[in-house]
Amino acid sequence: MRRFLLRRLAWFALTLWAVVTVSFVLMRSVRGGPFSAERSLPMEVEASLRARYHLDWPLWKQYLAYLGPLELGPRAPTFLGGDGSDPFGGVLAGDLGPSYKYRDFTVNDVLAQSLPISLALGSVSLFFAVGLGVASGIVSALRRGGFLDFALRLLATLGIALPNFVVASLAILLFAITFPVFPVAGWGSLRHLVLPGLALGAPFAAYVSRLTRTGLVEVLSQDYVRTAVAKGLPPWLVLWRHALPAGCLPVLTYLGPATAGILTGSLVIERIFAIPGTGSHFVNSALNRDYTLCMGVTILYTVLVYALNTLVDLVSTWLDPRLSLEEA
Amino acid sequence: MNGEGWRFARRAFGLLLFALLLALIVRATTSARLERADVVFANGAEVASLDPQAVSGIPEGRVMIALYEGLTTRHPETLEPRPGVAESWDVAPDGLRITFRLRANARWSNGDPLTAQDFEWSWRRLVAPETAAPYASFLKSVKGFRALDERTFEVDFPTPVPHFLHLTSFHPLFPLHRATIESARQRFPDAWTVAWMRPGVLVTNGPFRLAARRINDRLRLVKNPFYWDERAVSMETIDVLALDHLGTLLNLYLTGEVDWIERVPPLAVTRLRGRADFHLTPSLGTYFYRVNTTRPPFDDVRVRRALALAIDRRAICEKIARKGERPAFAFTPPNLAGYEPPELEHAPLEADLSNWDRAFEADCARARELLSEAGFGPQDRPFPRFELHYSTSELHRDVAEVVADGWRTHLWLDVAFFNQESKVYIETQRSLGYDVSRSSWFADYPDASSFLEVFLSGGENNRTGWSNARYDELVRSAAREANPETRLAELGAAERILLDELPLLPVFGYVTQNLVHPRLAGFFENALDEHSPKTWRWKTEEELAAERARPR
Repeated sequence: MRRFLLRRLAWFALTLWAVVTVSFVLMRSVRGGPFSAERSLPMEVEASLRARYHLDWPLWKQYLAYLGPLELGPRAPTFLGGDGSDPFGGVLAGDLGPSYKYRDFTVNDVLAQSLPISLALGSVSLFFAVGLGVASGIVSALRRGGFLDFALRLLATLGIALPNFVVASLAILLFAITFPVFPVAGWGSLRHLVLPGLALGAPFAAYVSRLTRTGLVEVLSQDYVRTAVAKGLPPWLVLWRHALPAGCLPVLTYLGPATAGILTGSLVIERIFAIPGTGSHFVNSALNRDYTLCMGVTILYTVLVYALNTLVDLVSTWLDPRLSLEEA
Repeated sequence: MNGEGWRFARRAFGLLLFALLLALIVRATTSARLERADVVFANGAEVASLDPQAVSGIPEGRVMIALYEGLTTRHPETLEPRPGVAESWDVAPDGLRITFRLRANARWSNGDPLTAQDFEWSWRRLVAPETAAPYASFLKSVKGFRALDERTFEVDFPTPVPHFLHLTSFHPLFPLHRATIESARQRFPDAWTVAWMRPGVLVTNGPFRLAARRINDRLRLVKNPFYWDERAVSMETIDVLALDHLGTLLNLYLTGEVDWIERVPPLAVTRLRGRADFHLTPSLGTYFYRVNTTRPPFDDVRVRRALALAIDRRAICEKIARKGERPAFAFTPPNLAGYEPPELEHAPLEADLSNWDRAFEADCARARELLSEAGFGPQDRPFPRFELHYSTSELHRDVAEVVADGWRTHLWLDVAFFNQESKVYIETQRSLGYDVSRSSWFADYPDASSFLEVFLSGGENNRTGWSNARYDELVRSAAREANPETRLAELGAAERILLDELPLLPVFGYVTQNLVHPRLAGFFENALDEHSPKTWRWKTEEELAAERARPR
């Protein structure tokens, strides 16, 4: 177990470095800069802005400075003994730098404000996705070939096929305008969570439903399940203790990266429901050429995906004794 | 531990995790809870900064006039300069000096007195290169400024600057609280330069102060008790929402969660048009195309003129923009006080455009003549294929299609499209890597110079390669001219040159589109789409009844 985690950590460091490097190069090779706009800044103003953020340095120097504090002289951050007039500590010091677009904030500020919101919304969606998905998958598997199975599978196909902005618009029309049960948009109470949570979770629920059904159908025909039934165990216990843990493995594998996606929010859902989460930063930071914010969300996403995949591997071995961490 | 114990521990652990998750959700949602503000408005995208010297957009401007106040302010309807922090001013007879007299009761939101020294310090900060202020050039026309005492502020000019009082009403020249900025820099040296703008730290001098802020969500403003004209302010709290999804905006307005939205979905315009709370007003913005005058055949003025004539502006206004926009035949909009913009030569039009089709046909015939004079036509050499450049947006695409269609059918030109993501598109314009490119310009203050300075030779917003010495001379001399009539005449002569030479093809004038709660009083429509919440108040039941009784 410890060896497994250590190995994972080493790979994690390597992956993160690769992601940072590739994104840095990609981001900087795109034309246009953070300060170009339809109303151009006077040349000298743009030059002094670029100087403030060291965008006038050669690219390799900017890259090194982004990774760690290059400036170790008198202008270095105070925790390195400088006067802080060049306060950027670098990624290794946990400092993601200033945002070029949200000029009053650092990237750390932006993420600290928006991530809890996305996490809360994502948890609710995950709850919808897993709850609705697994439940309907079980029903489908048990009633295989029946009408209920057909109806649920149709619904699941629809859920996957419909983009979430359509689901969101329908949900708003139905539950916020025709029957004003929930607010049309905004953030600030638990009621604000329901519609976006549902809209964000719907496609995932549909996927989970199909995976659960497939997994269960396969497991239900296995010998050990037949043995359990033959022993005279009540059907729910067979399902709960024997079939479900193995039948859910594909769901679990899928949920790892899917959770990272759900938790970091969605641009579309956040815009439609006016939710100040991280989702919009993934797209807008690239459009705005907000280099540091774009790098920040990329790093965040990498960390989440990696952590969740590791968690999934751990849980999988716990659920299925046939798997072992050494192979994972 | 036996099997039972393990199972219990596992369950307890699971429950604990679940409880933690639940706590996180509740905390993340409810910690954000704010009671509904007295008035809520949507302000487009998140404002770039709360530093009035660092910003340049319209949404930023709206927040600045709520938080800060300059020596002068703009009248909410006519936009004429009125006393602000300065209760009066004297303009020297030769126009070379303005002396502002500050109010004795002008104060900051923390109670500190607001003095002439504050203005002196703030203006010095504006021109300091490390501030990197987009409008640092505002003080280029100034020879010097100084605080004579706490309440007297003097500004000297090498030549008269008649529109200077418009500039002092605009946010770059608003005062900043020196002590806060300097102490924040000392206390949080690591926090870049932004710590002084945090809620609870930011000190401002306007009718409102900052209470809370969340990125991409809202600014919560509360009434500033130390504001000199505090009694005129009736709203206690204001929420400024950072929202730009048009459908969401309309939903929020229609369900009463927002009291004013500044843009509506284009598809909803037709249905909203009859409503009394929907206001469309011509704004100080022009939609136009730049022409790359360095690239043949566009270096030939006859070609540019032909292109300008064969644009079906009415179709663009009525079928695409659809908000009551007016076809534009000039760069400056028609609603600038005292200024009569010249127009590019075209067939005369009735005021209601009833003869549009005939006039447009005549213009297209003229355009074909111009092209053949330039040596292009079915019998002469063919016009080379060229590209119409625009940034990614439905509006720009649709307008480009009408324009290209006109040039294809009426002038038999081979027009292709060249669409780019907006930042790349700007780079292409700057490097003159286009043939004809879509653009827009909005004025900072209601004066023709705010438009005409764009096309000065080598200016960073010119981006056409066009330059004309006579034009530069006229615009520069107008900036120095004390006599308002001579000044406007010079600007008019400059625009005449611009419209004869046509480095740009004007298309239409923008309109503002405000959906405003019918109970909100003190909200005025104006060409800058600037709305100071200082004058806002809710109408009483009696006023509403009286309004209903009045025939509309």
